[in-house]
Amino acid sequence: MDRLDRTKELLMRALDEELSPQERTELDRLLADDPTLRAERERLGRLKEVTGEMKLRNPPEELWDDYWNSAYSRLERGVGWLLVSFGVIVVGGWATWQFVTELIADTEMPPLIKAGILAGSLGLVILTVSVLRQRMFVRKTDPYKDIVR
Amino acid sequence: MGEDILSSEPLQLPESVLMAGARDGDGAAFGELVRRHMRRAYFAALGLTGSHEDALDLSQEAFARALGASRRLDPERPFYPWLYGILRRLCLNHLRDGRARAAKMEVAGSWLVDEARDRAAAAGPDRAAEREELRRRLANAIEELSPVQREALVLREFEGLRYAEIATLLQIPEGTVMSRLYAARKALAAALGDQL
Repeated sequence: MDRLDRTKELLMRALDEELSPQERTELDRLLADDPTLRAERERLGRLKEVTGEMKLRNPPEELWDDYWNSAYSRLERGVGWLLVSFGVIVVGGWATWQFVTELIADTEMPPLIKAGILAGSLGLVILTVSVLRQRMFVRKTDPYKDIVR
Repeated sequence: MGEDILSSEPLQLPESVLMAGARDGDGAAFGELVRRHMRRAYFAALGLTGSHEDALDLSQEAFARALGASRRLDPERPFYPWLYGILRRLCLNHLRDGRARAAKMEVAGSWLVDEARDRAAAAGPDRAAEREELRRRLANAIEELSPVQREALVLREFEGLRYAEIATLLQIPEGTVMSRLYAARKALAAALGDQL
């Protein structure tokens, strides 16, 4: 380990009261020889005092009463959405396949109308996917989405 | 182990028994594990994200995923480090993909509380204002740290873990813990400038 890394380690251990007696002697020797290090030690010591007086804000106590129920509901909703999505994809895919094959097999409908129906349906699918993708992108990146008006 | 035992004396059961129960599909056992660790998980997420809403959301999501993966629970090992592995991935992903930006605008450092504020208020309005400015700048500076530096700082300063415990939790060497802490503290000291 180089000297700088060792010095950093000793400084951190000193701040967090994890120095062994030997390490304390080693740090004292380094501090005695280096005024810049002494200044850094003092500054980080003041920072440690400040951070030591700060705490994370407690949430309202009622939050804990319903904590697990909410988490469990989230899991249920996740499973529900997964099943719904699976069902929609399977049934939607099957219905689309049926529609297309029946349309192609229909001998009475003029080919131009068939092409028009297929083009219109495909366009609708592309537009839907595009709108959904755009909405998902905005939802993910919009910096104002959580601001309540 | 059954639900009858749990419903009668849940607090007295050792964690390994609860974990074995949870692994075998005992919902009450998992519920008791949640009750024991929900505060710690919430505060870990709050320290990392700086937002009450995100902390609640991500810590609950971590428990939900843990329940989904409960068959992989090892009763020979403590529960929290396993849960924390899930939680920290969720939080770090959350910070990296930019979802935290909106929440950050909303909370503006209010996740951090100054325990010395009453003392400062007693010393006069100027001192109180100065102290509030210090709290706000410190919160902002912590939010600007890299996620891994912030994590090391939160575990040390707000959870009060020792280096060896942080190293075990994050599965990194103690030297890396100190290196991250050093970088975090240097950045905070620079951000606070002459207020230190």
